[in-house]
Amino acid sequence: MSLPVTIYIPRDATALSLGAGQVAMAVAQAAGAQGAAVRIVRNGSRGLFWLEPLVEVLTDAGRIAYGPVQAADVPGLFRAGWLTGGAHPLRLGDITQLPYLARQQRLTFARVGVTDPISIEDYLAHQGYVGLRRALELAPLAIVKEVSDSGLRGRGGAAFPTGIKWQTVHDQKAAQKYICCNADEGDSGTFSDRMLMEGDPLTLIEGMTIAGLAVGATQGYIYLRAEYPHAHRTLYEAISAARQAGYLGADLLGSGRCFELEVRMGAGAYICGEETSMLESLEGRRGEVRVRPPLPAIKGLFGQPTVVNNVITLASVPVILRDGAAAYRDFGQARSRGTLPLQLAGNVRHGGLIERAFDLTVRELIEEYGGGTASGRPVRAVQIGGPLGAYLPASQLDTALEYEALAAAGALLGHGGVVVFDDTVDMLEMARYAMEFCALESCGKCTPCRIGSTRGTEVIDRISQGIDQEGNIALLEDLCSTMFNGSLCGLGGMTPYPVRSALKHFGEDFRRRPAGRTH
Amino acid sequence: MNETEEQLRARLERVVAPLRGKPGPLLEVLHAVQHEFGFVPASVVAPLAEMLNLSRAEVHGVLSFYHHFRHSPPGRHVLQLCRAEACQSMGARALATHVQESTGLDWHQTSGDGLLSLEPVFCLGNCACGPALMLDGELYGRVSAARVDELLASLVQPS
Repeated sequence: MSLPVTIYIPRDATALSLGAGQVAMAVAQAAGAQGAAVRIVRNGSRGLFWLEPLVEVLTDAGRIAYGPVQAADVPGLFRAGWLTGGAHPLRLGDITQLPYLARQQRLTFARVGVTDPISIEDYLAHQGYVGLRRALELAPLAIVKEVSDSGLRGRGGAAFPTGIKWQTVHDQKAAQKYICCNADEGDSGTFSDRMLMEGDPLTLIEGMTIAGLAVGATQGYIYLRAEYPHAHRTLYEAISAARQAGYLGADLLGSGRCFELEVRMGAGAYICGEETSMLESLEGRRGEVRVRPPLPAIKGLFGQPTVVNNVITLASVPVILRDGAAAYRDFGQARSRGTLPLQLAGNVRHGGLIERAFDLTVRELIEEYGGGTASGRPVRAVQIGGPLGAYLPASQLDTALEYEALAAAGALLGHGGVVVFDDTVDMLEMARYAMEFCALESCGKCTPCRIGSTRGTEVIDRISQGIDQEGNIALLEDLCSTMFNGSLCGLGGMTPYPVRSALKHFGEDFRRRPAGRTH
Repeated sequence: MNETEEQLRARLERVVAPLRGKPGPLLEVLHAVQHEFGFVPASVVAPLAEMLNLSRAEVHGVLSFYHHFRHSPPGRHVLQLCRAEACQSMGARALATHVQESTGLDWHQTSGDGLLSLEPVFCLGNCACGPALMLDGELYGRVSAARVDELLASLVQPS
């Protein structure tokens, strides 16, 4: 009786959406039918989505990848002897040698797609919980200092220095403090939070635990959007596993220190990705934005000092504690330190996750990684940073994907999502959509956002009908200025980014004569 | 649903009991109610408010704020089509028009025979493989008009 052969078949939502579940069933069936001993591990995704479902077989020569595999391919793969790495048209060999992966610096995503996401044993075998063990030996302030020195800035979009936020919470005197993970990843074109929670949730759990030790918080919440049921299952399983193994609970690894963690589900409100709105929602209320100050770091969840960080921010903490602040800081340049998991999406041939040290231009990302558009047509516009991010025209593709360069170009890096559009895109439609989305998702608390967004769609409708186009374009500019300056939070305040950039770079789409109108 | 007020209350009690001790439990409770009933009936607002020591306005306010909570029973199958930008760049607008025309449903509508509800969704996190949709909780990527027709046809086949 030979040892079972390990086969990795992703449980990542994108892989499942392309048939990974059926592949896993087909593999189990075919293996059973021919008496082959296999052990199926449901891993995360490597983030090379055009190759999903990507199946890897652990052979004597290492992991050999095949993809994209459909259930119908499975009998043929067995016949080709894939259990020993046999030749087959879908054989990709060692996936880490593919330039797409080989030319990345995977720190935060080092284990995603590699390990069994809910196995503590696998996590430990891949340097998991080294950071937490070190944190347990450090004074709280020393942990805060490591994070400050690493140069880590919030990866959710606002890019606020994480160490400063932690220091503020650390300095508060309170009976109860909280760590809240913002996993309300609602930006179109972003999926790094989802991939991480599905592919390596223990990293997030470890990061939150370290944050708790640093600031003196004993309770954590992960606020997860309702649209991510797969991530919910993985998180739930991983938290149970961590608790059982003593990595969560009243006595962390016998240290006497405590950290508890709970997942709370959002309910389909984009605004709850805004931190104060998220806190309201966590408290069981309408997700209406709070006026700041006070900052959440001083008066946050249930009025207590609270660290609110994005998934990727918290998931980057274990590697900083493990390798030290300097090692993390060595990646990146100027004020963009460490790595950023970029997400390449939309109309692109090779979409996926690309973690790099802030050293790519938009063009390099789209051409060298993405292989151009999926449609084969020219790129016309690229939206960076979600529905509140600016549209860049093809002439600005040489902009670097780092905080300051994008700000200089009138754009934002946001959560690192890059959505490509080909030349069939109608930018007036996209501007209208931005206003419509803001109207739909506005919490209603402030007038510029609540009313401005509805008026915005109406003005754009008049422009598209050819009614006093120049006058209405001026009015739209004015409205954007009011929303930008007068809104309480980023929803109303940043909706002008996509609208104004569409107007600025694609003005011709706003000056078309509608069919049947001659004046 | 022909349950008496007492039966409804007993059912609610069972749903609320394990969550009552949690801090700020209302959202969790509404999720549990929707899980139990398939939607959140208006008739639960008053008893929930009483059980959680909240005003009816607070419960109604939260219930009506979040898109996820349904106010009427959904069809036997729920189709959520992504309308966000990344899916639009791959033809989600045309796909939505196709689905609306072939089913005769607008957003948030349920077919007369109770078979299908059509809902918009703003990002399923499948942005590199659009257009995306979710059918009864299963995610699908790179969905063409032909593929969605095939999925919808499978719903009416006797299983």
